[in-house]
Amino acid sequence: MADGEATRKNRGPSPPPRARVWSWRSQAFRGLVFQVVAVALIAFGLWYLAHNTLANMQARGIQSGFDFMKQPAGFDIGESLISYDALDPYWKAFLVGIANTLRVAIVGVIVATLLGAAIGIGRFSRNAIVRGICYAYVEFFRNVPVLIQLLMWYLLFIDWLPPMLDAASLAGLFYVSKAGFSFPVPVWTHAYALAGIGLLIGVGAAWAYRGWAMRRFEETGHVRSLLLAPLGIVVAFGVLGWLVGGAPTAWSIPKPEGFVMEGGASATPEFLAVLLGLVFYTAAFISEVVRAGIASVAHGQVEAAGSLGLSRTHAMRLVILPQALRVIIPPLTNQYLNLTKNSSLAVAIGYPDVVSIANTALNQTGRAVECIAIIMLVYLTTSLSTSVVMNWYNRRAAIKER
Amino acid sequence: MAAVFTPIPARPAPVRTSGVAAWLRSNLFANNASTVATLLILAAALWVVPPLANWAIVHAVLRPDADACQAARGIGACWGVIAEKWRFIIFGRYPFESQWRPEVATILLLGLLVVSCIRSFWKPWLAVIWVAVVPVFFLLMGGGYLGLDKVPTDLWGGLPLTVMLATFGIAFAFPLAVLVALGRRSNLPAIRSLCIVYVELIRGVPLISVLFMASFLFPLFLPVGKSPDVLIRVLVGITLFAGAYLAEIVRGGLQAIPAGQVEAARTLGMSYWQTQRKIVLPQALALVVPGIMNSFIAIFKDTSLVTIVSLYELTGALSLALNSDANWRPFKIEGYLFIVLVYFIFCFAMSRYSLWIERRLGASRQR
Repeated sequence: MADGEATRKNRGPSPPPRARVWSWRSQAFRGLVFQVVAVALIAFGLWYLAHNTLANMQARGIQSGFDFMKQPAGFDIGESLISYDALDPYWKAFLVGIANTLRVAIVGVIVATLLGAAIGIGRFSRNAIVRGICYAYVEFFRNVPVLIQLLMWYLLFIDWLPPMLDAASLAGLFYVSKAGFSFPVPVWTHAYALAGIGLLIGVGAAWAYRGWAMRRFEETGHVRSLLLAPLGIVVAFGVLGWLVGGAPTAWSIPKPEGFVMEGGASATPEFLAVLLGLVFYTAAFISEVVRAGIASVAHGQVEAAGSLGLSRTHAMRLVILPQALRVIIPPLTNQYLNLTKNSSLAVAIGYPDVVSIANTALNQTGRAVECIAIIMLVYLTTSLSTSVVMNWYNRRAAIKER
Repeated sequence: MAAVFTPIPARPAPVRTSGVAAWLRSNLFANNASTVATLLILAAALWVVPPLANWAIVHAVLRPDADACQAARGIGACWGVIAEKWRFIIFGRYPFESQWRPEVATILLLGLLVVSCIRSFWKPWLAVIWVAVVPVFFLLMGGGYLGLDKVPTDLWGGLPLTVMLATFGIAFAFPLAVLVALGRRSNLPAIRSLCIVYVELIRGVPLISVLFMASFLFPLFLPVGKSPDVLIRVLVGITLFAGAYLAEIVRGGLQAIPAGQVEAARTLGMSYWQTQRKIVLPQALALVVPGIMNSFIAIFKDTSLVTIVSLYELTGALSLALNSDANWRPFKIEGYLFIVLVYFIFCFAMSRYSLWIERRLGASRQR
């Protein structure tokens, strides 16, 4: 590439050479050559790496292949959403890891969005202290590595919280100690499954109602509630399902019994440290995304809304946010993906996410290629599927240009 | 009866719109919600700040005295741990008597970084200096020549390692990123697809998996018995990772250049590479400086992950410094706060620069 350029460089402008397909002067021919060379180089590189890997594996006596997935894993996992014990095979251990990763990522995305949106909007507050706190929050949390934040949260949990025996409690319902955070949960009965089904039906009904209301609005100009009424429909169907199931009201309340917490549900300090670290870090970035989105709406729009007699709240909801959302969504997706990828740092504090499980499996079996391939595959799948969904939404939300 | 002139009363003076009282009124007590927020926050501050100040200042132990710290544990902070361990935290396990070498090397690197941030130095010779500084840095750190003792890379650590991984990671990634960004916009399908696969593959996985790859797989990829040092492997990993992100940033800059300029250059008879080098890249790269800076900040923070593959940069050096010494182990939180401050100062300064340069570069386009 460089030769062709160097010879032509000193010549100055000259009439373009006539196109001859087999000549070096033909752009199409050069393009073809470059591509063949690039593909050949990459193919050779890959072959070379694979060749070396096989040779190295032979020299070190490393076995390869995914057959180890069926062998018993032999290690315990601190927390798991599905039943698992040390005798279960590796594939089940990986499944537990993936579930743990998704759990912390999903909860983290929801909480970080709420916190980030609140802080981003807080940057526009009329109150100087609120503005200042939001600004300081953003600058502090996004300028400190998330790994250190995770480690500090974990240190706070295991160092500064009271031990299990004298757990701090709030009204006898919530307990905080070195063992984690315990909270009451309803006792699971089929009524909650019915309530879940009810919620799903409610979402469908609310969707249909919204479509109907929008059509009515466009035909008659009659405004109907587009937010509260659909929400009400969803809740009503959920409650209906719960009532059909017999309206159970039993709650399982945590109670400290010596060294264990009886009843209720609890989150381990590892989970909480990962969650809080990721949420506080990502919320700082999300708030900047939200702030930039709101700031991108031309100020004339606010003034126009004001002159039409819309209140500040109405102007925000009906004029600013719908336009800001188009700017917000693409970078917001990136932040969601970052949060998911950063959840891999859980390995540093021993939360059993997929990286941590793969790391253990790697150390036990020595199958580095396979374990790292699994990690990458899990994150690639999550990333690419999230992008697909978000691109679809983004296309829907984009301004329809003529 | 003669009308007696009675003046109507004077209007009250207008409400002041400047000064302290007016500022307080409009910024703290503008309406009910604002007043409530102000009062709630002040109450919360009264509740939180005194105990925090007591811990951090009033009852804090400043001397490096483990017994005094132990006595104040839980009541006051032990800043003595930093007075005692700061050299270990900043320089890691580097031999004490040679610590001027990482010091000089880091200052050299930071100085070059500062110079690179100044617009009037954006000249071709800057790239030459960068190429020259890399061997000088490795010579100073590694030694073995010119009468400098040889220091194996597993003793390198602390801030020099953090700065080095971030700076070299970005510096090496930059040419790669420019090529990949050009490739992704090329109209040669094979080259375009290769670039897309590389960028999307790397951006889809977390840095930690790339570091695992550098640590476990690179030794397998190379000929038997010829595995480079772990530091080099990690640096390659970081470069590949940063390259994908930088490529997207550079591509953003390339897209901002109007197609008419490329067409005009072609009309003048410039070749593809001449067009890119003389017309497109100078404009596009100036546009993406804030993006590159942000990506540098991200990599600077992300270097903390190399602790997980046992390289002792700032975060790792802290654990190493405190875990190895039972007297000081309980005061980890103070140590963490210290490195938080170090990271914050670096990242905050860089983000301010990024904002400033963004305004400067945008100045020519503002009317």
